[in-house]
Amino acid sequence: MDFGFSPEQEMLRETARKFLAEESRSAFVREMMDSTAGITPELWQKMAELGWLGLIYPEEYGGAGGSFVDLTVILEEMGRVVFPGPYFSTLLLGGLAILEGGDGTQKKAWLPRIATGEARVTLAWTEPNGRWDAEGMTLTAKRDRDAFVLTGTKLFVPDAHTADALVVAARTGNGPEAGVSLFLLPRESPGVTVMLLPTMDHTRKLCEVTFSVTRVPADALLGEAGRGWRILQRVIDRATVGLCAEMCGGAQKVLEICTEYAKVRQAFGKPIGTYQAVKHKCADMLLLTENAKSITYYAAWAVSEDVPEDSLAASMAKAYASDAYRKVAQDGIQIHGGIGFTWDHDLHLYFKRAKSSEVTFGDANYHRERVAQLIHL
Amino acid sequence: MDFSLTAEQVQFRDEVRGWLRANVPPDWGSRPLFGPDSPVELHSFLRDWQRRLFGAGFLGLTWPKEYGGRDLSYMEELIFNEEMAEAKAPPILNLLGIYLAGPTIIAYGTDAQKQRLLSKILSGEEIWCQGYSEPNAGSDLASLQTRAVLDGDHSVVNRQKVWTSLAHVADWIMLLARTDPKAPRHQGITYFLVDMHSSGITVRPLRQLTGDAEFNEIFFDNVRVPAASILGGVGNGWQVGLTTLMYERMALGFGLQIRLRMALDHLIALARRNGGAAARNPIIRQKLAQLWIETEAFKYTGYRAITKLLRGELPGAEGSTGKIFWSETHQRLQALAMEIEGPYAQLTTGSRWAIEGGLWQHLFLRSLGNTIEGGTTEIQRNIVGERVLGLPKD
Repeated sequence: MDFGFSPEQEMLRETARKFLAEESRSAFVREMMDSTAGITPELWQKMAELGWLGLIYPEEYGGAGGSFVDLTVILEEMGRVVFPGPYFSTLLLGGLAILEGGDGTQKKAWLPRIATGEARVTLAWTEPNGRWDAEGMTLTAKRDRDAFVLTGTKLFVPDAHTADALVVAARTGNGPEAGVSLFLLPRESPGVTVMLLPTMDHTRKLCEVTFSVTRVPADALLGEAGRGWRILQRVIDRATVGLCAEMCGGAQKVLEICTEYAKVRQAFGKPIGTYQAVKHKCADMLLLTENAKSITYYAAWAVSEDVPEDSLAASMAKAYASDAYRKVAQDGIQIHGGIGFTWDHDLHLYFKRAKSSEVTFGDANYHRERVAQLIHL
Repeated sequence: MDFSLTAEQVQFRDEVRGWLRANVPPDWGSRPLFGPDSPVELHSFLRDWQRRLFGAGFLGLTWPKEYGGRDLSYMEELIFNEEMAEAKAPPILNLLGIYLAGPTIIAYGTDAQKQRLLSKILSGEEIWCQGYSEPNAGSDLASLQTRAVLDGDHSVVNRQKVWTSLAHVADWIMLLARTDPKAPRHQGITYFLVDMHSSGITVRPLRQLTGDAEFNEIFFDNVRVPAASILGGVGNGWQVGLTTLMYERMALGFGLQIRLRMALDHLIALARRNGGAAARNPIIRQKLAQLWIETEAFKYTGYRAITKLLRGELPGAEGSTGKIFWSETHQRLQALAMEIEGPYAQLTTGSRWAIEGGLWQHLFLRSLGNTIEGGTTEIQRNIVGERVLGLPKD
């Protein structure tokens, strides 16, 4: 047994930490919060050159052939700096959907271009009903001779406004799961309207995407008709684990910020870390963070190795990390007192990221119930 | 990352599993008692059980061969403990000897001490207890007042220890006593290895809130201890004692996670009684799922810590919170059992209405001690804050 990262993965972590500390300082993150795009073309290009954009694609599609665990190493580092922009949506949602569900032609058309930084892709999945199950899929795709016509609205779609293509989950038939199909289409398709939504976490851009009689050719189908839910589940399980890795990185950074502050900030003539009310909070932050890492690393291994319990592992990680990151980020603000409540301090960026991550792909309550079902409770 | 066992480890696991299957008495109960309440036959049975485990080569797995060990890694120790739990095997009577006293003696002992003491720890011929806590020195251990006065080639020990598990059957005690009352409090302490059969030692059982008596108080009345029983030198007791505590925390991890998992499986079975109304209740489901997740998190945090040891690295932050997390998770588990039982939670052993003979009530009450024994959670949080995070001491 060896439940740790390899020397190569530790090296990747070191490279990522250095790169992100340099390229994604607080001032940059704040600039991107105010921007529409959420990232600069220069930084996107640098990430392409590092091989990060095609990290997990096979070499035949211009990728680096890395494992999913490799990807979580980078994501954890990104979480440390509340990294903004469409890396997550392109790699873990749109890109992964094409990798998991696409045929040879679709993969050849998109994956190499994602890897070089030319194209960005996202996934339009959830709807105004806010449901995570197959029954919540109401956007219709009606067959019309050699085409499909998409009608409906998708909500909470990350980075749709800067994506070149969308993977859209739509209803092609009855039966909650058997009626779901995926489509891959250019964002510029006729009848597609994208609206950027004001969000609590400014580092994550979310959109409303409306399809009003959007006609796409039959070969826009990603995977077979009626098999979309299965692909979607695999993609969402993996994206969930990736998100957990980000959350672990964020929680770890908050813990470090707080520990440093508790050592230097004085009250009643002593550093506040001397007092048990603060010391014990820090100890609890460490406990939550380390446990979140353990279960997330296990889930990363599980999806990387495609073991049968990968969905269970993903849900366990998401349930734990959701509660842990929110609590750590909130306690972080509390430990800092007034300064922690200011706009200028970075803690609110972590807290808001914790909150947006918590509800993305289902919160802890949702995943606990899913765990209950998966263990046949 | 790799969760598989090597061919040798698989062979070892199968060897342990096969031996336990052939040797664990089928009528062995699920509620082992170490305390003075438990019958004398139980202790002679457990001594015999340990002798057989030793004979089979399963004790002292990580100890050097020259002291009767097998020079194996912590991985084998983990496998052995998991198999023991899974087989619901009787516990090891001399747990404190094997996991605390032995490693401390190996680290600090003289050749004479090692030759005299180590092999009998493994064989179960000599049982050990740990004399740290006192009536006025619990969490603040360094304030201990048990006094040892050096007198020629002997020391004379007086005063009292308390909460001492196994003292009523122990042959030896790891004793912390103050040898220099004038020295700074951490420096005036010496670690003694004391024969419990020495004259002047009195052991009295203490009744716990469960009604059982698992532990004792020990009185020392002019007990003469030879100089050769000092471990690690006069005045170094604090340092040596901390080493024991480090081993205690490490040993705690082995097998605990699998026992937690078995308790949770048992709890889920409880929730399924009477047509499974509790298992269908959405709030109970949330709590059971959360316990499942926490049990898994505890397991994988343990695996990360063991991986560090196996790689020969220093233990990291991940291992430091195990005691806090395990004790609080186990308390939540037992509290949920009471919640699931509803009004039946009030009935204990003796009532024909008591669920499973009142087992859960006993486990629930016993779990209250989990956040106190072996270092309170408050002290554990101080330790994590100060030693792992580097926060200033008060």
